[in-house]
Amino acid sequence: MSIEVRIPTILRPYTKDLKSVEATGATLSDLITNLDSQYAGIGERLLENGALRRFINIYINDEDVRFLGGLQAPVKDGDSVTILPAVAGG
Amino acid sequence: MTLEISRSFVDTILAQSRAEYPDECCGVILGPAGSGQALRHKPMVNAAHSPTFYEFDPKDLLGLYREVDDCDEEIVVIYHSHTETEAYPSRTDIAYAGEPGAHYVLVSTRKEIAPATEFRSYRIVDGIVTEEPVVILD
Repeated sequence: MSIEVRIPTILRPYTKDLKSVEATGATLSDLITNLDSQYAGIGERLLENGALRRFINIYINDEDVRFLGGLQAPVKDGDSVTILPAVAGG
Repeated sequence: MTLEISRSFVDTILAQSRAEYPDECCGVILGPAGSGQALRHKPMVNAAHSPTFYEFDPKDLLGLYREVDDCDEEIVVIYHSHTETEAYPSRTDIAYAGEPGAHYVLVSTRKEIAPATEFRSYRIVDGIVTEEPVVILD
């Protein structure tokens, strides 16, 4: 078992067009590191200066990670993580 | 590419932009996955409640994508209003355009062109904006 990560359309070029991939880690931060080791470059789209990018939304089992501890949010086997770019503009 | 859209959706979106003025309004139009047809209008709350910025609330955003998946739909149009400026994508609009398959619609009801309004559509892919014709279906 590992953690399912659902990938939005705009990031699928990094994951060979897969819309769902698997990754491991104990925290979201670990998970992103692991994702980036499998799919080079994806980390940079999620993080800036070591923090989660403001306009990327990440959910663990449908809960916004902003309420779960951000990058330190715990993840475990069987969890489902969804990444969605914000719909925003000015 | 072209955006085909019903007259009634155009009218509803323009009415929404007036109703939510002075804040930007926003929303989507959905259609069956792979069809490219704008058939189901879903206005969204502008969680920023701002005259110069819009954002779908992250919880609403997740709900939208789940609904789209459940209904086997796709997001065909993402629209928002510019309250005082031209209906052309701003740098922010371009920077945050995260749905490469969507038609990005901008409307403007700015006073200087009243009573005329603008309803324009664009593709925004990899930072490049391409305006496309809008065909309004009666």
